[in-house]
Amino acid sequence: MRWRTNPLLGVEHLTMRFGGLVAINDLSFDVGRGDITALIGPNGAGKTTVFNCITGFYKPTEGRMAFARTGLADSNAVARLTASGGRFAGTPAGDLYMLERMPDHEIAWRARVARTFQNIRLFSGMTVLENLIVAQHNPLMRASGYSLLGVLGIGGYKTREREAVAKAEMWLERIGLIDRADDPAGELPYGAQRRLEIARAMCTDPVLLCLDEPAAGLNPRESAELNKLLRAIRDEDKTSVLLIEHDMSVVMEISDHVVVLDYGVKISDGTPTQVRNDPKVIAAYLGADDETENAEPSA
Amino acid sequence: MENFLQQLINGLTLGSIYGLIAIGYTMVFGIIGMVNFAHGDVFMVSAFIALLIFLAVTQILGIASLPLAFVLVLVAAMILTALWAWVIERIAYRPLRGSFRLAPLISAIGMSILLSNFVQVAQGPRNKPVPPMFTDVIAVTDGAYRVTLSYKQILIMLVTALLLVGFWWLVQKTPLGRAQRACEQDRKMAALLGIDVDRTIALTFVIGAALAAVAGVLYMMYYGVVNFYDGFVPGVKAFTAAVLGGIGSLPGAVLGGLLIGLIETFWSAYFSTDYKDVAAFSILAIVLIFMPSGILGRPEVEKV
Repeated sequence: MRWRTNPLLGVEHLTMRFGGLVAINDLSFDVGRGDITALIGPNGAGKTTVFNCITGFYKPTEGRMAFARTGLADSNAVARLTASGGRFAGTPAGDLYMLERMPDHEIAWRARVARTFQNIRLFSGMTVLENLIVAQHNPLMRASGYSLLGVLGIGGYKTREREAVAKAEMWLERIGLIDRADDPAGELPYGAQRRLEIARAMCTDPVLLCLDEPAAGLNPRESAELNKLLRAIRDEDKTSVLLIEHDMSVVMEISDHVVVLDYGVKISDGTPTQVRNDPKVIAAYLGADDETENAEPSA
Repeated sequence: MENFLQQLINGLTLGSIYGLIAIGYTMVFGIIGMVNFAHGDVFMVSAFIALLIFLAVTQILGIASLPLAFVLVLVAAMILTALWAWVIERIAYRPLRGSFRLAPLISAIGMSILLSNFVQVAQGPRNKPVPPMFTDVIAVTDGAYRVTLSYKQILIMLVTALLLVGFWWLVQKTPLGRAQRACEQDRKMAALLGIDVDRTIALTFVIGAALAAVAGVLYMMYYGVVNFYDGFVPGVKAFTAAVLGGIGSLPGAVLGGLLIGLIETFWSAYFSTDYKDVAAFSILAIVLIFMPSGILGRPEVEKV
């Protein structure tokens, strides 16, 4: 129940319209710090749209997304920041960001939200190692004096660069790709590219990692490895995870909290067990005939 | 044979200048898929800036040492031209990003006209003579036909080579270069990794302009004359070079520049000076028929 006691991200009344189409309608949910939260729902339920709003891909039509990067989200602080029109407040309780007001690169770099996509978006022309180093762009850019001082070897750039390579190599060890560090990323097999995307997102030092269908197209063995990796990210790296997934074996096994969407509306929210037994969820997934649906409110 | 050697030297010199300008076209195209038609005029502006600074440095500051004056002119022209490019990107291109594809292109053409007209009004429509510098020559061969290599030519090739090494290092080894390559491949993904895409694009324009400024300084020194109209033909030639080499490819731009320089020089020497531009553009047409993505260009892969 960490999403009630220590929410990392509070999505409130989120609405996203595309012309006349309402993709998300008044959606509210919380993501707990240190949780693996799964966002599930039938195709076209608006899950990816939620991700696109959180990571700054879309500007939501309405709604608030308060992100407490550190500390406890204090509702008074959230209200004050909302009223002030600012993007960021460093309160004594912690750092607070308003994601809907920030451009995408700042969401990644300041608020520390990382994401992957349904399709693979590695920099296929770069090597595997470079993909992980480019994710550490901002600290390196600073250390290199925006590439000017680095030219002259001034400052701590060499040290920072070595650290960046070491971190990238640590991740390559963890995802079992250390032997392929210098190969072009586009030449890796599909499952390896998926793991590399997660490693690349982790190299940005995220507080919240958003994964859009990480298990899509994986075989059962790879799927099991993914579960292990995600648990390690939660427990060892202390990074909260928000994932969209269709593979229920992944969802039910690893998530602490499940939010179910259907037609852009939240229909259920709770622990995996609660959600699994929720009649609305069963109806949304298996389809319910009109009688049961009509009978429900009176029951 | 002597004639061939001489033309080779001349062609490589001209090609170096084209190559430096072509990099600006190819980098900007690579990162935002736009042909920056104002780039040739940025090059022309840089030649004027270089002339003015050269006069200021030698006449007002009274610096007699030519090499020192040259270095000062080079650095100042690079900085000031880069500033121009940054402002142009800011007011003419950035507001149009995300609008339809042709909008920035039209804006670039407008910027090109604006720059050449501005220089025409500010500096007058006539040729501006540049004081001769580095006039010594080295005789490579003796005999009836003396093949010569002038100090200017050595300087042009040397400066170009040094800059290309530095530039290659920047793109391959620095965080900025990595960010540029990342933006080139997938701008949205780069932003989600925390890369400031707008700043990276602005820096791309700035770097391209700085290289064009070097070309401008060298051009001014080599030909000894600058004119407000000088941005157009070298600009188009350099663009041709970028397309010939494979637009988006950095080694391609340099290779294309050298090839266009060589074709033009050899054609002038062996056939006709009047038709040298026809020759250069015909080769371009022929290459593009058989290799549509240029010599070193990657074939267009549809992004999913």
